[in-house]
Amino acid sequence: MKLVEGRVRIPSGCAISGIISRDRRKFTGERIVESMKVMRERSNGLGGGFAAYGIYPKYKDSYALHIFYNDSNAKRECEAFLNEHFEIDEASELPTRKIPEITDEPLIWRYFALPRPSRLAASQLDEREYTARCVFAINARIDGAYVFSSGKNMGVFKAVGYPEDVGRFYMLDEYEGYMFIGHGRYPTNTPGWWGGAHPFSLLDFAVVHNGEISSYDANRRFIEMFGYRCALMTDTEVITYILDYLIRHVGLTLEESASVIAAPFWSSIAKKPPEERERLTYLRTMFPSLLVTGPFSIIFCFEGGMMALNDRLKLRSMVTAEKGDMVYVASEECAIRAVEPDAENLRYPSGGEPVIVTLNGGKDNA
Amino acid sequence: MPNYILPDFEVERRDDRCIRCRVCERQCANEVHSYDEENDVMLADELKCVGCHRCVALCPTRALKIVKYSGTFRENANWSNQSILEIYKQAESGGVLLSSMGTPNPCPVYFDKILINASQVTNPSIDPLREPMETRVFLGKRPQNIERDETGKLNNNLPPQLELSVPIMFSAMSYGSISYNAHESLARAATELGIYYNTGEGGLHEDFYKYGPNTIVQVASGRFGVHKGYLDVAAAIEIKMGQGAKPGIGGHLPGEKITEDVSRARMIPVGTDAISPAPHHDIYSIEDLRQLVYSLKEATEYKKPVIVKVAAVHNIAAIASGIARSGADIIAIDGFRGGTGAAPTRIRDNVGIPIELALASVDKRLRDEGIRGNVSLVVAGSIRNSADVVKAIALGADACYIGTAALIALGCHLCRTCHLGKCNWGIATQRPDLVKRLNPEIGYKRLVNLVTAWQHEIKELLGGMGINSIEALRGNRLMLRGVGLNEKELEILGIKHAGE
Repeated sequence: MKLVEGRVRIPSGCAISGIISRDRRKFTGERIVESMKVMRERSNGLGGGFAAYGIYPKYKDSYALHIFYNDSNAKRECEAFLNEHFEIDEASELPTRKIPEITDEPLIWRYFALPRPSRLAASQLDEREYTARCVFAINARIDGAYVFSSGKNMGVFKAVGYPEDVGRFYMLDEYEGYMFIGHGRYPTNTPGWWGGAHPFSLLDFAVVHNGEISSYDANRRFIEMFGYRCALMTDTEVITYILDYLIRHVGLTLEESASVIAAPFWSSIAKKPPEERERLTYLRTMFPSLLVTGPFSIIFCFEGGMMALNDRLKLRSMVTAEKGDMVYVASEECAIRAVEPDAENLRYPSGGEPVIVTLNGGKDNA
Repeated sequence: MPNYILPDFEVERRDDRCIRCRVCERQCANEVHSYDEENDVMLADELKCVGCHRCVALCPTRALKIVKYSGTFRENANWSNQSILEIYKQAESGGVLLSSMGTPNPCPVYFDKILINASQVTNPSIDPLREPMETRVFLGKRPQNIERDETGKLNNNLPPQLELSVPIMFSAMSYGSISYNAHESLARAATELGIYYNTGEGGLHEDFYKYGPNTIVQVASGRFGVHKGYLDVAAAIEIKMGQGAKPGIGGHLPGEKITEDVSRARMIPVGTDAISPAPHHDIYSIEDLRQLVYSLKEATEYKKPVIVKVAAVHNIAAIASGIARSGADIIAIDGFRGGTGAAPTRIRDNVGIPIELALASVDKRLRDEGIRGNVSLVVAGSIRNSADVVKAIALGADACYIGTAALIALGCHLCRTCHLGKCNWGIATQRPDLVKRLNPEIGYKRLVNLVTAWQHEIKELLGGMGINSIEALRGNRLMLRGVGLNEKELEILGIKHAGE
């Protein structure tokens, strides 16, 4: 039996990086690859990946589904499902470049699709929830098919390999977007599966994470009550679902969500002004099972921006910096300097302090 | 009628140490010891000895030792001494055998076959002496949705909650089954610790109304001592449907324990037997329970959480799910090994299921149905130490009730004869000369010490796992591994075997 995500839980150390232009100015994926490259020490070649936003302007209203297939049978079965549930504008292989560092790739396909109106109406769900449930259905039920990206005007690109090689493999230098995040993985085991690499993504949400959370099973068993299925047994997956639940279903703001998953200690809450104290006490009492403990640094992206967050003890490194309308977040300062030597306002956010960056002129929330 | 009963114990007295001070004689309510003046010798009637060790503890020259009776019937692997003696007793009396405290039989203790995880390398363990380590929990219902006012500010739409500094409470023990001084010790300790104690079905002595903010009052099938003031003064109300030591049957406090004070608290005449029926006669089904839950909420203006306490029985998962849908804020489950002041021996030793299995299946069922967040789970039934608390919470409990452990802290030596009413330690008795042996000033401090010590240990165990809040332990079954359990047991507990 291969030890792959979903069958065993594989703790990982990691490198993360994120770059955003608040003015929505486009730049190529080369920068995020350069930024990740200098943190090679933090990965071990067993997983790398990126999420890129604003890269599909031509199909910006369609869900861009990136899917790994183990074989053509899985593809056939999955496409039958897709045709039943979606109207597909375009289907093609995701462009890749053959390089010696990346081997054993699965079939990698991309579909631009919209829910079939009759199906959508019959489901009584909104478009996003409908799409999310279809993604869950494929990943849980179709053996050998795995949807790893399902947002609009964004895409996830990931593989087994070092991040810079993964970037070259997917030709990230040819994509232009306004926001990119990258991830390099240092798993303590030997995963053989591309789906297990990060970022983890659902709809337009994507998360990269460095850490090993000690609350994993408490979080997982709680979130699975709401229809999520943590198939990969990874921290990133459960954190993505928690944020999706809190933001999309419960209707919390990003900041409130941060106060749930990296809640201040009760002793800190006691020192806050009364109104703030009441708000934080309410959030902790309302969602105690979504408190995430143990080390983590995450970058959570959505269509309108990103949030960087550390665990409440700050047990993982994370740095932020700015230059003009650009904001940078990374595990290490060198990853920022590598692409912006003149970066300013360098900060080391405190544990549990969310750094929220939204697009100028956009909405403030996910 | 001939009496074939053998003693349980022998009294060994070292004559070279005994100074004939006769402390043992004065301390023994069972009248084991006596003094033969003529021969200047201390005598012992061993048949009366219950093994409570009061005499041993107070003997100034350590001259006394109570040992297991060494005489035996002809050895028989099938018919134990105990089985034979019980038949003699019943052949003599024609009655139901009575016992006290949890079953002493060697039933499986799953807690002892579960091991806890710790961090190594990939994430750091946390030192509770250097970093904050949180044990505070809130018990109560959580609403499905948030609400905001017109400015977008979050409204506090949480129903009433119980706030515990540490997820431990003192379980229901009535005034009557235990003494005034024992109750005072529990009430004061709960107040100092920021936790709760539970009145049991004995009403509430007027002296203890001042501890109301840390008091859970019980409404049981006899409805003893229930009135508006009793409900109003409490922090929460518990409907007792069952007890782990005696599922399916009621309670019986004999008339001799119904003293003036007890009678006032229970609202029944002095000297009458207090009989709690087996069922609540207004609850013959789940929809009736719902009515009682809401009657109590109406009576207290929805300001107090309502707990429904049930014994762990075979169909506990479905029962708990029904309770969760019947307005209860908290479900308390009492397991097979739980204690009692008096229960029919056969019931205690044969009815119900262990709390570990009941808890695991209830927690899973409530999650499968998506309603685990609607209700808090409190478990009881032989929580013996802080590791049991940690294991129970990782299996899915919000908090634990401790009864026997609290009594042991007060001096109980687990002689299991509470039903005789002659507790030499001043706990399970109403005899004034015995009650005064328990000093509540000392008693409450011992309880505070016990829970504080457990809190320290819980923090150490949490820190080892890299967890800094007890909330992140709740239901975190990946932190547990089984040893020596079969596949089915592991499946029910929802944990992996050690090494997996």
